[in-house]
Amino acid sequence: MKKTIITVVGKDSVGIIAKVCTYLAENQVNILDISQTITGGYFNMMMITDISGSSKKFDELSDELDGIGEEIGVVIKLQREEIFVKMHRI
Amino acid sequence: MLDIREVLETNEMIEKENLDVRTITLGISLLDCIDSDLDKLNENIYNKITTLAENLVSTGKDIEKEFGIPIVNKRISVTPIALIGAAACKTPDDFVTIAKTLDDAAKKVGINFIGGYSALVSKGMTKADENLIRSIPKALSVTDMVCSSVNLGSTKTGLDMDAIRLMGEMVHEAAYLTKENDSIGCAKLVVFCNAPDDNPFMAGAFHGVTEADAIINVGVSGPGVVKKALETIHGEDFEVLCETIKKTAFKITRVGQLVAKEASERLGIPFGIIDLSLAPTPAVGDSIADIFEEMGLERAGAPGTTAALAMLNDQVKKGGVMASSYVGGLSGAFIPVSEDQGMIRAVNDGALTIEKLEAMTCVCSVGLDMIAIPGDTPATTISGIIADEMAIGMVNQKTTAVRIIPVIGKDVGDTVEFGGLLGYAPVMKVNSFGCADFINRKGRIPAPIHSFKN
Repeated sequence: MKKTIITVVGKDSVGIIAKVCTYLAENQVNILDISQTITGGYFNMMMITDISGSSKKFDELSDELDGIGEEIGVVIKLQREEIFVKMHRI
Repeated sequence: MLDIREVLETNEMIEKENLDVRTITLGISLLDCIDSDLDKLNENIYNKITTLAENLVSTGKDIEKEFGIPIVNKRISVTPIALIGAAACKTPDDFVTIAKTLDDAAKKVGINFIGGYSALVSKGMTKADENLIRSIPKALSVTDMVCSSVNLGSTKTGLDMDAIRLMGEMVHEAAYLTKENDSIGCAKLVVFCNAPDDNPFMAGAFHGVTEADAIINVGVSGPGVVKKALETIHGEDFEVLCETIKKTAFKITRVGQLVAKEASERLGIPFGIIDLSLAPTPAVGDSIADIFEEMGLERAGAPGTTAALAMLNDQVKKGGVMASSYVGGLSGAFIPVSEDQGMIRAVNDGALTIEKLEAMTCVCSVGLDMIAIPGDTPATTISGIIADEMAIGMVNQKTTAVRIIPVIGKDVGDTVEFGGLLGYAPVMKVNSFGCADFINRKGRIPAPIHSFKN
């Protein structure tokens, strides 16, 4: 398993999750967990995903998610899980 | 399972509080390049660096992308060139050819800086050491990426006053040869007492002879993150203050450790150390002085600053040590003037003087760093400033350093622009009383006694 974290941050609007999830489904990225909050009108979503089944490389997925973010006016980041685990777990 | 708040906290540190990995520094031993033929030596050096470091920059970029953490600089440090060139170089100009080779190799592999144009002369200079030192001003003026350092003393050997006198002159000459660019040559030149062998930070990085053939050292950053964390506990007592710094330092260092291990694995080069330094940048909010202000000092340099810095430095180490398997280098808070908005403000407001900075260096790494002084400061006065700083390191068994820039044609009240990570600096006042007769004495200051501590 290649665990990655996708974060989506931006102004709330209809269909953000649908758009991102559709892209992930099309590219065989499995979603393990989703959580979201809205603070100060801003939409924050985090997904824990597994990209090991995807035929696309990390780079491609990252760039394409970036593009989708631009399209719908939010910032989408794809990062490997380790940076968060190392920082917050002993 | 990770919590969304933790993920958002990490990304906030990166995006808003300037958390980054300051540098991945690849240390390379050049001992096996030594040859008595200068051309052959240069060829060996170029080949070894460009082969070993071929993938350094691309690997750094891959890690940046995958983890979403900026790695600001990719650098190389090499074995002190005074040792490497000793058999082949008969004149200072011979050494300059090696500087050019280092610069060419650095450009070929696309790194930001290459350090190790260095001599270790804490007790005495060989002819090669002296030739290298005399070549430094020219070497820095004809290259872009080469950084130079000289170790002038240590706790065990005392201070080499002949070398300190010579370095005062060389700092001046380096300033003169780069006077068209605000004497920027001096920003790439640092002198040390008790120089560490595994420092990843410039200008003082070199690959010590005690090190393996190649090694990955990483320097972390993050003053902005510490400041932000302290804002959330405004006015609390010292226990809370210290705990908060420690926890924050732990988080910052863990990122450095992750990047170091990852780079080491991908490049197939052993991991050396994490340098736990808090390194500011000229970016707004990425400042050590801002941390002092948040702690309750009106400006950096106000009474209480040395105590605040001692505490900050110690807590960063306490938090960082647990986060990393190997710690080394300089490991402490840096207090460069030109690279820190808050320090510049403190100087401009009259709160911070060279004398106070000197006192602050007693409790932190590294020393008088990136300080612009009037261009007409005599070389002997520069040597005097260096000797004072070296004495602090010698007696207190710590690393101290001086990176000072006598800006030719500028005086107190002027501002100097270095650009990039080096920032800008107001020219600071230097004590105008002379020390020439002291500096012009020949010989060494003996090593201090290690008992009867007071």
